[in-house]
Amino acid sequence: MPCLELFNLGFLDSITSQYGYKVVMQNLGYFLGGAWYTTFITALALAMGMVLGLFAGLGKLSSNRLIYSLSTAYIDFFRGTPLFVQIFLLYFGVLPLIYYNDPISSAIIALGLNSGAYIGEIVRAGIQAVDTGQMEAARSLGMNQRQAMTYVILPQAFKIVIPPMINEFIALLKDSSLVSAITVPELMHRGDLVFANTYQATWVFGAIAVIYFVITKTISVLGDWVERRLATD
Amino acid sequence: MIKVVNLHKSFGQLHVLKGVNFSVAPSEVVCVIGPSGSGKSTLLRCINQLETADSGHVYIDGEELTHPKTDINQIRQQVGMVFQLFNLFPHKTTLENITLAPIKIKGLDKSAAENRAMDLLGKVGLTDKAHVYPSKLSGGQKQRVAIARALAMQPKVMLFDEPTSALDPEMVGEVLAVMQNLAVEGMTMVVVTHEMGFAREVGDRVVFMDEGIIVEEGSPDDIFDNPRNPRTQAFLSKVL
Repeated sequence: MPCLELFNLGFLDSITSQYGYKVVMQNLGYFLGGAWYTTFITALALAMGMVLGLFAGLGKLSSNRLIYSLSTAYIDFFRGTPLFVQIFLLYFGVLPLIYYNDPISSAIIALGLNSGAYIGEIVRAGIQAVDTGQMEAARSLGMNQRQAMTYVILPQAFKIVIPPMINEFIALLKDSSLVSAITVPELMHRGDLVFANTYQATWVFGAIAVIYFVITKTISVLGDWVERRLATD
Repeated sequence: MIKVVNLHKSFGQLHVLKGVNFSVAPSEVVCVIGPSGSGKSTLLRCINQLETADSGHVYIDGEELTHPKTDINQIRQQVGMVFQLFNLFPHKTTLENITLAPIKIKGLDKSAAENRAMDLLGKVGLTDKAHVYPSKLSGGQKQRVAIARALAMQPKVMLFDEPTSALDPEMVGEVLAVMQNLAVEGMTMVVVTHEMGFAREVGDRVVFMDEGIIVEEGSPDDIFDNPRNPRTQAFLSKVL
């Protein structure tokens, strides 16, 4: 490698001459393609989870017994059983009864349902963290429950839930590696395949770990930025 | 204007209001005084139904609030409320705090609502704070914004729930001055307060509550100079 000579980086030769390094470099594009799948699946699951979570969180605060019970049952089930089990249950068990399911859509549904439960709890806690005086002030001005929620409570809850939500984004992105087990061609799955052909565990999974880390770090930096943007004090 | 008939309210075992009868005439300023836990704030909160009474009736302008078919949101637009802890919306600027309800509930367009809000801010002396968030305001300024926010709905009645109790002493005056101006303009007001000076000077009538009932009521001079009931006497001897 001439550029190594140029910058006097010859000391890297011992690394770049290793077989594992070559395996990682040759498969880098393949891994990044997997990272794209990981991001894509996580993003869609997250969108689904946020919608479900908003309803589940509001449902847990509802005075309607039926809505409360449904929300609680949903959250309890998806928080109380392993995600790995849920992925298999949905992919091999439940979803084939509903449609001709493929790994990717099944993965999105499983991850979305799971994150919806966690986000539901985040939303509930966020709403409850808004001072009760805010609801009273809104209602005393003549807003109905829905207007008070929309214009006064939820915007404040939104700010409160950003840090736990970022946590959830990161956790979900990492947990999406579990769907490698149902042959979704995402990052972990591709790492697994390359490992099976080369047995370069440290190099391959080390590279996979670095790619995951770069994505999660990006999310947390973006989260910090949003938090700063929304600060009013 | 406001009529309260035989109002009862309990929180669990605690019987807070034990049959309160109370009325307020248009443009009257009624100050409610009494020891902590006497039910003053609960009475006020029952008037705009932030608390639901267990029994009894509340009427505003002849309309019964306690009737199950009454649209309480409609009535609350006519009853402004000012809280001890201000309860400004922290995610909105001063101006947005004031314009939110007129725009969203009354359907006022933004510029009309803002014009009116600026007028109100002028009234409470805070035009220069229009684009500031509540966290940058002092307690007295917050409470004046809260008053402007309530006035923006053009209420017929204003309820004040210990509006100066959370303020540093040097800021009490600026809030009371705004309230006094309102009273002079003819606003109907019910003020739960520990400011005896304000009650005496601005109040048309003073109501003394203790242990969930109205013990005594009358003109400020009667209550402060010649309290008849021993409980009123005992209370006033402690606070005056």
